[in-house]
Amino acid sequence: MPELVKLTIDGKEIEVPAGTLVINAARQVGIEIPAFCYYEGLALQAACRMCLVEVEKAPKLLTACTLPVAKDMIVRTETPQVAAARKGMLEFLLANHPLDCPVCDKGGECELQDMTFRYGAGESRFSEEKQHIEEQQWSPVVFFDRPRCILCFRCVRICNEGMGVAALGVINRGARSEIAPNKGDHLECDECGMCIDICPVGALTSGIYRYKTRPWEMEYAGTICTHCADGCKTTLSVRNGRVIRGNNRDHSGINGEFLCVKGRYAFDFLEHPERLHQPLVRRGVELQHASWKEAVALVAAKFNEVRERGGAFGVIGSARTTNEENFYLQKFARSWLNTNNIDHRRSGDVVALLDALAGLPGSLATTADVYHAGAVLIVGADLAQQHPLLSFQVRANVRHHGARVYVVHPHPQREDKVAAQVVRARGLAGIGQIREKLAGEQSLVVLFGEHIQGADVRRLVEMLPATARYVALVDYANSRGALDMGLLPDLLPGYQPAPAPGLSLQEMVGASLDVLWVVGANPLQGRARASGFLVVQELFLTETARQADVVFPAAAAYEKTGSFTNVCGEVQRLKKGPAVAGPKTDLEIMGLLARQMGHELAPPLPEAVFEEIRRSVAGYNIPYATFVTGAASATQYPNGPIARQGSSELIRSARDTLFTSGTLGRYCSVLNSVRERDLVRVEE
Amino acid sequence: MTFSAELEARLADMVKRYPPGHLRGALVPMLLYIQDEVGAITEDVVQEVATRLQLTPLQVEEVVGYYSMLRRQPAGRHHVQVCTNISCLLRGGEKVWDHARRQLNLQHKETSPDGQFSLEEVECIGACSWAPAVQVGYDYYHEMSPEKFDELVEKLKNQ
Repeated sequence: MPELVKLTIDGKEIEVPAGTLVINAARQVGIEIPAFCYYEGLALQAACRMCLVEVEKAPKLLTACTLPVAKDMIVRTETPQVAAARKGMLEFLLANHPLDCPVCDKGGECELQDMTFRYGAGESRFSEEKQHIEEQQWSPVVFFDRPRCILCFRCVRICNEGMGVAALGVINRGARSEIAPNKGDHLECDECGMCIDICPVGALTSGIYRYKTRPWEMEYAGTICTHCADGCKTTLSVRNGRVIRGNNRDHSGINGEFLCVKGRYAFDFLEHPERLHQPLVRRGVELQHASWKEAVALVAAKFNEVRERGGAFGVIGSARTTNEENFYLQKFARSWLNTNNIDHRRSGDVVALLDALAGLPGSLATTADVYHAGAVLIVGADLAQQHPLLSFQVRANVRHHGARVYVVHPHPQREDKVAAQVVRARGLAGIGQIREKLAGEQSLVVLFGEHIQGADVRRLVEMLPATARYVALVDYANSRGALDMGLLPDLLPGYQPAPAPGLSLQEMVGASLDVLWVVGANPLQGRARASGFLVVQELFLTETARQADVVFPAAAAYEKTGSFTNVCGEVQRLKKGPAVAGPKTDLEIMGLLARQMGHELAPPLPEAVFEEIRRSVAGYNIPYATFVTGAASATQYPNGPIARQGSSELIRSARDTLFTSGTLGRYCSVLNSVRERDLVRVEE
Repeated sequence: MTFSAELEARLADMVKRYPPGHLRGALVPMLLYIQDEVGAITEDVVQEVATRLQLTPLQVEEVVGYYSMLRRQPAGRHHVQVCTNISCLLRGGEKVWDHARRQLNLQHKETSPDGQFSLEEVECIGACSWAPAVQVGYDYYHEMSPEKFDELVEKLKNQ
């Protein structure tokens, strides 16, 4: 605990840790010192001069954003001199700022607008003609309007420090200074849009959102991103039933200010022209539109017929449907279709990890742990491409806490730049080379990808200090939840052994089952179906759906309530964004089938199913209040050996990049439009 | 790109002077010495320096654009810099500057077609005690007047 320093701000006495900046000390006593360039967590800039304050015995005004507190310092933030300085700075910033607020995207949520309203003058003494420069398009998603820029350099710092991309810079000097992209007239970067969100004015705007609406004309739903497994909160801005923006302006959720290109822009698949809106039923050789009633009746009759004669079912679930849906699906399969033939595409060996951690409670790392740990080991995963939030956390940890990062991968990674040591080798062999160093790390977080699976996971845990905490990296938004909810042929929810193991995904797609039921997955990509009857719940006519007898149009995660469990095992709540006509949630579809079959399964309501999960799935007894208020709750793991049965299933990452996202990615025109899509790849 | 053995040795020594993680500190001196040899900071130089200092080309461009002594185009064989800051101004620097422009038929930051001369109006060059001052390349000429300037130009032409 650092020493406390006593000082006075506007007559209020306050004690804060030494090293605290005056701007932050003031916040603690409810005094807001205005600033543009200051941004918590980034390097100090002192460029905008808005935070000037009067300090007793100092000959002139000082910038509160760079001024550490000192003993008995007396600060005044609302004197006539300070007010005059603020007003002067605002007049200066507005001298060449186009007053196009009525059409500017930022209007209504613009910091310059707000500050002018609070501290500025109603009139300007600047009567010269303003210099106009046409706006520039730097990428499909980033536009730059130079005259609006107030040169706070937040965008440059977030891109350099936060993202580690360094695609933005400041060129020229003084009045000619301007923000510039790395490729002369365009950007080649992560296209994350962090620069747009962090811009206090409308200088950087989003290609997706620009000139579409006003911020007060939208409704907002803070939900969880549907793409990778990191579980970022994204706030969907909905107008007239359409999502037109995604961001995280309120910095809530485990991701704080962070969002990548997918969380911010990749929602346009919702409106893709090929989206399914009506059930399809195979009549002769063709799939034709059918009513919900007809399609449900057809499937229910088939299911009942096969069930009654003891036929073989196969069920393939999804890494993108909610915990509630996955739980319901496995319950439907096991208790009503009487089968353990249930699986999903597995992308990381979470089961082996939880088994290896038996007797080591508290050994799963949370997203926050990745930021706070003294050291981070990254093995066999391209974090910047596949887990952008965890990658952001690692860089922030290095910047703020000086964490030591170890990278073990045969190919160069972005994390190499911040690494204390890089080992160009694969898996355990690579870790062996730095084993002694790692042995000394008492606060170590280990992030491992597909290079370490099966028996290697246990060896990994045995090699590293007992205090180490782990994350088994998986691909998609609810990959982890699918495992926890028992979408596995040999394990029930909570990793309890199934009485008799069923067929795995690989076995199911090759077996001549009477019925194959696929919910939100595309297992028949590049292969023909082997089953007698194929039912698919999907957003699009995928390679699998095309071969189906009945296709139900499913709602996307952004159109659902429910919960996801992220890569770190943290449960978060989905909030429904837009309402959708035609498609139904997978839970509703399952509920309709159950009712039509005459089976009394639990009511297909997310809240009811979640209650059942909380009660019955080990580790999911999370505080309800935490969940409903949108915070992340870490789940517990069984902390005992997990009994595996049958052959071990193939575990393989889809190796999506920042610009691909499985089936959904193929239908995201924004992701497909960025030029980097063809440049980056994830090395094996 | 590679430079002369002498410059390469200098650059190699320079890089060693900065602690690990602070290689970027070598950027300005490296650019200045390379400019002396190559004549200007070309696109190739930007790329080369970025690679050597583990920076992005844009991070080098930021510095090149900021410092007026870093040039993108080569200067003339004789780069004439006339100071018009306060001390020089008070002692006739402005007159020297006007005269220089007429005499060389060049404006600020222009180079003669034959490449012999280039002219630049500069901020304080630290020669206030001998104002007004003119700098040609790295050489200083003190207590200038229009007449002395003509003599200087003649001398330079014959060099």
